[in-house]
Amino acid sequence: MKRNLFLLAGLIALFLLPIGQGNYFILILCSWLMFTIAAMGLNLTLGYAGQISLAQASFIGIGAYVTAIMTLAGIHWILAALASVIVCFVIGILIGFPALRVKGHFLAFVTLAFNQLVVLVARNEDWLTGGSYGKFNMPRPDFGFYHIRTNLDMYYMIVVIFVIFAVLMYGLIRSPWGRAFKALRENPIRAESLGVDTRRITLLAFAVGSASAGLAGAIMSPLVQFIEPNSFALLHSLKILLMVIVGGAGYFFGPMLGAAVVILLPEFLRFTEGYYLIIYSAMVIILMVFSPAGLMGIGEKILTKIRPNQQVRKDMEKGAQL
Amino acid sequence: MEQFLQVLLSGLATGSIYALAAIGFTLVWQAAQTVNFAQGEFVMVPAFFVLVAMNMGMPFWLAMIIAMLVSVFLLGYLFKRAIVEPMQRQGHGNSLSLIIVTMALAILLKESVKEFYGAEAQPYPALMSSETWNIGGAIISVTDVLHLVISLGVVLLLTLFLDRTRTGRAMQATAQNPGVAEILGVDTNRMILYTFLINAALASLASFLITPVYLAKFSNGEYLGLIAFIAAIVGGFNQIRGALAGGLLIGVLDNMVATYLTAEYRAAIPLLLLIVVILFKPEGLLGTSEGRSV
Repeated sequence: MKRNLFLLAGLIALFLLPIGQGNYFILILCSWLMFTIAAMGLNLTLGYAGQISLAQASFIGIGAYVTAIMTLAGIHWILAALASVIVCFVIGILIGFPALRVKGHFLAFVTLAFNQLVVLVARNEDWLTGGSYGKFNMPRPDFGFYHIRTNLDMYYMIVVIFVIFAVLMYGLIRSPWGRAFKALRENPIRAESLGVDTRRITLLAFAVGSASAGLAGAIMSPLVQFIEPNSFALLHSLKILLMVIVGGAGYFFGPMLGAAVVILLPEFLRFTEGYYLIIYSAMVIILMVFSPAGLMGIGEKILTKIRPNQQVRKDMEKGAQL
Repeated sequence: MEQFLQVLLSGLATGSIYALAAIGFTLVWQAAQTVNFAQGEFVMVPAFFVLVAMNMGMPFWLAMIIAMLVSVFLLGYLFKRAIVEPMQRQGHGNSLSLIIVTMALAILLKESVKEFYGAEAQPYPALMSSETWNIGGAIISVTDVLHLVISLGVVLLLTLFLDRTRTGRAMQATAQNPGVAEILGVDTNRMILYTFLINAALASLASFLITPVYLAKFSNGEYLGLIAFIAAIVGGFNQIRGALAGGLLIGVLDNMVATYLTAEYRAAIPLLLLIVVILFKPEGLLGTSEGRSV
């Protein structure tokens, strides 16, 4: 009951947040939610299924380019977004194949290599992607009854998409598949001996994670209306990974918090100017050295100190250490 | 034919510098199971220490010595003592946490150089003259030959040190089986520290050799780190000669592709090589397979 109240409060806050804010701040809020979607996808791959991926930005890129190319050709945004998600889902399955063979740092580097390859292709194939100049002036979606023109319209569209996405994600994590993801993370061999098809689950974890990034890309195209290869470079994949880790991998709302720290906080810390990333990465190092479970982990630690009778779920604790 | 020889030699020269970074990477991995995602930045940063020292009025040679010492302290000693050691003591040393910390470290180093020194590529003094020899029609660059000689010489010295000296062998023992090494009276923690120091020294050397080619830029590390890792993986993650062979192979391949096939996609070749090797021969071309722990 209490939980539902919290969710309701959060939802209302999401709707009230942009009221009275400037255009620029609304744009920041939009990109916060957009990155949250991508990070929640990665959280499924990393936090729940325990497979590291450094290719999330490239999937945002693929989604953004597919959407840009299709909407510029006059196809409706909904169809373009659907296509982006499907394309990323399929490529995500392909990227999952290396994960069947290698783990940990090897997987990190395979996905990293993939990210670099996508950026290279985007830069070199002018006829498709516009090369270094990228794609611009993507139209904003028109739903007939609701034609999106301003950033505020865009924001409410993203909130609706985000809520639907979060509900679907929650359902997935609560489903037998979600449990299979956790089993894969905790002990792949035991999972297999219990009849979990680890091959299929690993591929699915990658595919769903990548499809989420594709959705984020589909949102990005009409939102910023300008994309170029560098927007999807490795640094952004690292940023998304850090969002998941800082928020607390394996916590459902962790990525929302993590994305807020990466996207929203710099706006409040304007006085730090270019030093923000320096301060931020130093803080990540300190955070990881002292609390590998991320911010949510610290919150939980404090909560258990205040209310010692509350049991910390052991699987969550373990997962957060990934 | 002449062109082929030139391309081959300059590929080997660049490759031998990649190999230095790859060997350091491999050593640290062996000794402390630390995959250092900041290795490229470890190669990028020392060149800036040289520039800072020279801006303070020091001569080039002194600036290089100072930069090497500072790098060994910061990127070797402090990295081990302040980051890797506390994490391993807490039992997170083998997990993804450490990988993520080194990624954050990479961002930290890159952004620091960008903010405190500058985002523009800085000219960097060459270590030696840019003369060329003409041997049978092929233009041989002296710099290339010297790069090759210096890098291979250092690798040879390092191998001799590891095989022939007591400390070197203790370091190998630590890498192979820390528990037994400890029982036999090896100060394993000290040996691991040595590995980190050697890694930092190798990275600075690579930095001094490669920076005149690329110019000093804060983002150099992205490419260099990736290449170092690819060289290490392709050669065989657990061996010095593997990393050396991998480095040379990548250097030559990169040059050949750029000259004869495609300039746009030259950067893609090492990446594809990495993916293929990891998928079909994860132990590397020269490596022996190690049992994968669960």
